[in-house]
Amino acid sequence: MADRPDSAAGQGSNKPSLSLHVPEPHYRPGDAVDFSHVDAGEAGREPRPDEACDPAEMRDLAYGLIRVLGDDDRAHGAWDPKLDADTLRTMLKNMAVTRAFDERMFRGQRQGKTSFYMKCTGEEATSISASMALASDDMVFPSYRQQGILLSRGYPMIEMINQIYSNRGDKLKGRQLPIMYSSREHSFFTISGNLATQTPQAVGWAMASAIKGDSRIAATWVGEGSTAEGDFHAACTFAAVYNAPVILNVVNNQWAISSFSGFAGGERTTFAARGLGHGIAALRVDGNDALACYAAERWAANRARANAGPTLIEFFTYRAEGHSTSDDPSGYRSAQEREEWPLGDPVMRLKRHLIALGEWDEERQETMDREAAEMVRATTKEAEANGILGHGLHHPFRTMFEDVFEELPWHLREQAEQAVKEREIKFPEGVPK
Amino acid sequence: MIEAINEALDVTMARDPDIVIMGEDVGYFGGVFRCTAGLQEKYGRTRVFDTPISECGIIAAAVGMGAYGLRPVPEIQFADYIYPGLDQLISEAARLRYRSAAEYIAPITVRTPFGGGIFGGQTHSQSPEAIFAHVSGLKTVIPSTPYDAKGLLIAAIEDNDPVIFFEPKRIYNGPFNGYYDKPAQPWKKHAASIVPEGHYTIPLGKARIVTEGEALTVLAYGTMVHVAEEVCRQKGVDAEILDLRTLVPLDIEAIEASVRKTGRCMIVHEATRTAGFGAELSALVTERCFYHLEAPVLRVTGFDTPYPHSLEWAYFPGPVRIGEAIDKILSE
Repeated sequence: MADRPDSAAGQGSNKPSLSLHVPEPHYRPGDAVDFSHVDAGEAGREPRPDEACDPAEMRDLAYGLIRVLGDDDRAHGAWDPKLDADTLRTMLKNMAVTRAFDERMFRGQRQGKTSFYMKCTGEEATSISASMALASDDMVFPSYRQQGILLSRGYPMIEMINQIYSNRGDKLKGRQLPIMYSSREHSFFTISGNLATQTPQAVGWAMASAIKGDSRIAATWVGEGSTAEGDFHAACTFAAVYNAPVILNVVNNQWAISSFSGFAGGERTTFAARGLGHGIAALRVDGNDALACYAAERWAANRARANAGPTLIEFFTYRAEGHSTSDDPSGYRSAQEREEWPLGDPVMRLKRHLIALGEWDEERQETMDREAAEMVRATTKEAEANGILGHGLHHPFRTMFEDVFEELPWHLREQAEQAVKEREIKFPEGVPK
Repeated sequence: MIEAINEALDVTMARDPDIVIMGEDVGYFGGVFRCTAGLQEKYGRTRVFDTPISECGIIAAAVGMGAYGLRPVPEIQFADYIYPGLDQLISEAARLRYRSAAEYIAPITVRTPFGGGIFGGQTHSQSPEAIFAHVSGLKTVIPSTPYDAKGLLIAAIEDNDPVIFFEPKRIYNGPFNGYYDKPAQPWKKHAASIVPEGHYTIPLGKARIVTEGEALTVLAYGTMVHVAEEVCRQKGVDAEILDLRTLVPLDIEAIEASVRKTGRCMIVHEATRTAGFGAELSALVTERCFYHLEAPVLRVTGFDTPYPHSLEWAYFPGPVRIGEAIDKILSE
């Protein structure tokens, strides 16, 4: 600062002092919460443009909020996907199972059965309803909070638990942190710990599908916090440049661990609006409205499939629980936020809608919830027979060295022999049970 | 070497419809070094295409295409500009097979010109191979002749693992012996410029014995193979020069056999010294050939500075630096 001797507070200058803006969330622990500044708008208000429309005509949809389910629990407006009751009940069941799964796995971590878990509570519609609007062989590139997609696509729950326990049944051979699932058979891309990397990969997959003249499309999910990564910008640019058949789903759950969406640039604009800047179709959707999530994803899928280009969807929702089992949200946000969240709970809203249609009742809901919990409990027991983390029932040491390359090179062969030798030194009488 | 690379791409594209080429300026224009010239015209814009200026995007899109089932050959215009794509290479391409237990693979070959000696200054001269050799799951390949360039590139493209293919741009047009003040030689006077037509491969992980000798083993790759060869020839040293060709996986057998025979080892690379690939080579030779060594293993490398512009030939590990090291090793 040698060139500005009087720079302190701008004294001695006739120019105004600059000041740095550091975003601060509305509410901190203990604060009373008032979400009246969140303009949710009326259900059924937003128009549904043609799927081939020009992104330049979508300004209002990128700043508005597409909602179908009204306060009267009825579906309204042009975005009503008009799903039959069976599909709605399947959707509700997928949500119930996912929620029961989250509850049990979270508890399992607390009981020391595994090292780590992440819930998606409150965000079930953004994965389950959205992915149900895709074909089963459309490729999804998820982040770590879309377990609902796997459960909706019929991936065996026991494989998920085996993976979480890193046991001898784990198809990923204990190599991956819990919840970093992978299933090629279910068109579910291998989850990476590095944020947003999957977004331009999804665009590349979609480009490949287009290069080969295929009809499959790709969809990727990313949190609003991760949209700040350079990869997300690359994804948007490539998607727009090549008119890639891809859907970029941004789950805006307001929080990236402890930092609120303002630190991802959410104070002055919407995340959907970032699509418009790239020339990408953009929709902003009530992420707790299962029908709106389904309708928006279906709109984007139709657009992509018709070679009309990519879509960016912002799902406006709320991360009801902590970031992970390693996080305590009471350290940075008001506990009241969850209760006061103006868009409610996606499971409850869908349930009330089905009841309003005369297609459901509280008794059936109770039975379904109980059965979901029982199924998760039974599957957990079954998975525990394959071992839990740290109890010795893991894959053989040698497998640690496999799949680094297609074939084992000499240096990994030597290191594998070393690992086996170390085990023999450690357990001269054989590995303890 | 440019023509050999172009041929390798042409041959593999003709054989495999899943190969696509992408990168900055590689399409209509044919690449800033002409390596992809004529390919877009021949194979069409959906197989050879220009990309936005985003190394992250280029590598990431290639990873996604690989997951689909294509075999992408992305180009990074200069190795100095590969860093924005590092997360995608290190965290994604290199780990895809491992983390998915082989459900997904990244059969991609990243071509990128590297190395100095062309007055490229700080950002057109770097040799970042050690960064990649350090990453489990990546293969690193560096040819030094047109014949090897074609055979290694075809092998790299056909390999199911991600490969970083460094092309020493100083020897794109002809071998370089380190005497920058002498007229440049074109490849056509060099024996290794004879490149067979059609398809052939050189296996990854196999070194090439450039000259056989008894007095000293020289481990080199890329441009430095030619510089080391010239210095040894001039000094009349009976050196066994190994062109490593592949850094990962490394041809440890060839290295061990040679050093056990000669008892002396010099390592030559353009990259900066500290934690460069020479350190790994030196450690391996010391660990595995210690009782055969008659002199300390020496490294001749670039200095631990960014690559300078005006002082290029003071930085470059040329004949004087190599000659001094040889004298020192042989005097022990």
